[in-house]
Amino acid sequence: MDTKQQNARRRGFIPGLLLTSGILFFFIMLVFPLGEVIYRSLKDGFAVYASAVTAKNTLSALKVTLIAMVSAVLVNTFFGLCASWLLTKFEFRGKQVLSALIDIPFSISPVIAGLAYIMTFGRMGWAAPFIDWLNELLGTDISFVFSVPGVVLATVFVTFPFVSRELIPVMQAQGSSEEEAAVMMGAKGFTVFRRVTFPHIRWALLYGVILCAARAFGEFGAVYAVSKARGKTFTLPLEIDALYMAGSAESITHAFAVSSLLVLLSIVILIVKQIVEYRGKREA
Amino acid sequence: MYVEMKHINKNFEDYEAAKDINFGIEKGKLVALLGPSGSGKTTILRMIAGLETQDSGDLVIEGKVVNDIPAGKRGIGFVFQNYALFRYMTVQQNIAFGLEVLKRPKQEIAARVEELIRLVGLEGMEKRYPDQLSGGQRQRVAFARALAPNPQLLLLDEPFAAIDAKVRKELRAWLKQMIAKVGITSIFVTHDQDEAVEVADEIIIINEGRIEQMGTPIEIYKRPRTSFVSQFIGTSVVLDHFGGFGGFEGLKEGCQVIIRPEFVECFKSDNQKFKSLMPFSEEGEITGIAFRGSYLELTLLVNGVYLTANRSLERRPVAVGEHMRVLLYRVYLLEEGDAHLYKNKLLAGVDVEGL
Repeated sequence: MDTKQQNARRRGFIPGLLLTSGILFFFIMLVFPLGEVIYRSLKDGFAVYASAVTAKNTLSALKVTLIAMVSAVLVNTFFGLCASWLLTKFEFRGKQVLSALIDIPFSISPVIAGLAYIMTFGRMGWAAPFIDWLNELLGTDISFVFSVPGVVLATVFVTFPFVSRELIPVMQAQGSSEEEAAVMMGAKGFTVFRRVTFPHIRWALLYGVILCAARAFGEFGAVYAVSKARGKTFTLPLEIDALYMAGSAESITHAFAVSSLLVLLSIVILIVKQIVEYRGKREA
Repeated sequence: MYVEMKHINKNFEDYEAAKDINFGIEKGKLVALLGPSGSGKTTILRMIAGLETQDSGDLVIEGKVVNDIPAGKRGIGFVFQNYALFRYMTVQQNIAFGLEVLKRPKQEIAARVEELIRLVGLEGMEKRYPDQLSGGQRQRVAFARALAPNPQLLLLDEPFAAIDAKVRKELRAWLKQMIAKVGITSIFVTHDQDEAVEVADEIIIINEGRIEQMGTPIEIYKRPRTSFVSQFIGTSVVLDHFGGFGGFEGLKEGCQVIIRPEFVECFKSDNQKFKSLMPFSEEGEITGIAFRGSYLELTLLVNGVYLTANRSLERRPVAVGEHMRVLLYRVYLLEEGDAHLYKNKLLAGVDVEGL
């Protein structure tokens, strides 16, 4: 056998092994379990599936999930933009510290975040008197723990870094000379952002928003800590957990049916993400 | 004076970017801030623009102290290094930006943009994006964009740094001509002495945050005042222990001097033209010959020191190891950072320039 053939065989073997193990892993870890979810959810027929998906608790959970997701995206887009703008276009003391602080939600367990909110905004928390005062003043009855606002807060917390982490590298790479050029011509802050900075970051921003949204509707731990009322403040992951934990054959099937909703949402987000990535790359 | 810096100081943490900078620039002049990288020249330019704020001192433009006037209100056009064109705008939109910010009427903007595009010769490229242009074309857009709002002062930060060597020469001439045509007072930063000498009416040499010398290119070339300037401008050889040359006995033995190639004359011992100067010359040996395109650069060992001399290709060929007669017309004597011209005393009565 000449060396060329040998090389060809060796070249064929290693990539083949890698490819096979990659595909195996992909199927065992992702495709089969997700397929199982779909299969189990439809096992008892479409009628059971439909009743599970349209159950009062499920619809309530879907609503809370969407509220939390939209709020997290809005809040974190705004603060993410502010933070990355600040961190990349200005020099100031404590910049490193701020940059590290943004990443805290990445490193802290979401459950701890939830508990921290209870300690802060709960009945016993130090912010409780302030919340009471505010409620009295406005004639409202908002509480932050064990209620939808609490779920929103917890979701905002865990998704906080996503937008800014996508934006910072892009804004850093861009530098600030284009902004300086605009400033030299007399442009004000918002004009500079709208006409010079934004066109550069729009795809990264959209990408960050998608990641943020994906993380928001999948969050379990932080939300679990502050949400205890099924049918009122439960999100989809909590509802699934509750159904599954109920233990009856019927409720387990329901759990899978509701899970399939999340899987569906994920697939939609995945497709949108792919489109955004593709368009972003093409433009760059 | 149109632009004046008075006792300007600026520190970045522990780095002194500007130390007591004082200078004035007359209206209509094209001035180069020349210095090695890290000398503080860009910081000075950015302070004039208002992109940096001085720690102390006054900046005066057209008789008004502008310390507290923000960058956008100083009426200054700025051409950035790498041009900083708006990547997501066309040539037309780039040039129009400054006028739109000023909320000029649409027709006026369109007319001005067209005028500028014609001025810089970019007709037909209006709809292109910066990444569809060559380096030279980008510079033209940057220039037009900076001029669009009719600034009274134009600042350029290393305007040729992003352009390849071949086009650079061409663009220097173009820019000089453009600025003359527009008649705008301009200051540009460069680390390239050829660029400064060729383009500028006046040169300010900056080193370590200080002004070393200010003057016309000829003045600076012929009469460098500091040792830094004498070494930075032109090619030169620094000798730490100078001595033993006829005609320079007046100098202290072992003093420091700078010798430029044009201060050195070398000829063969049977040379007729320099026959009268033969007695004043020294014996030298050629130790190296480098071809520099239009001339030869000779390295000569004379009195134990190496000198550099240029030799026209029209003259008789020379070889390494050949013995030559070497004549030193003058040197720059360095004393405590200052440079003084010192002429060869033996040549006092000789009409050197007539040769």
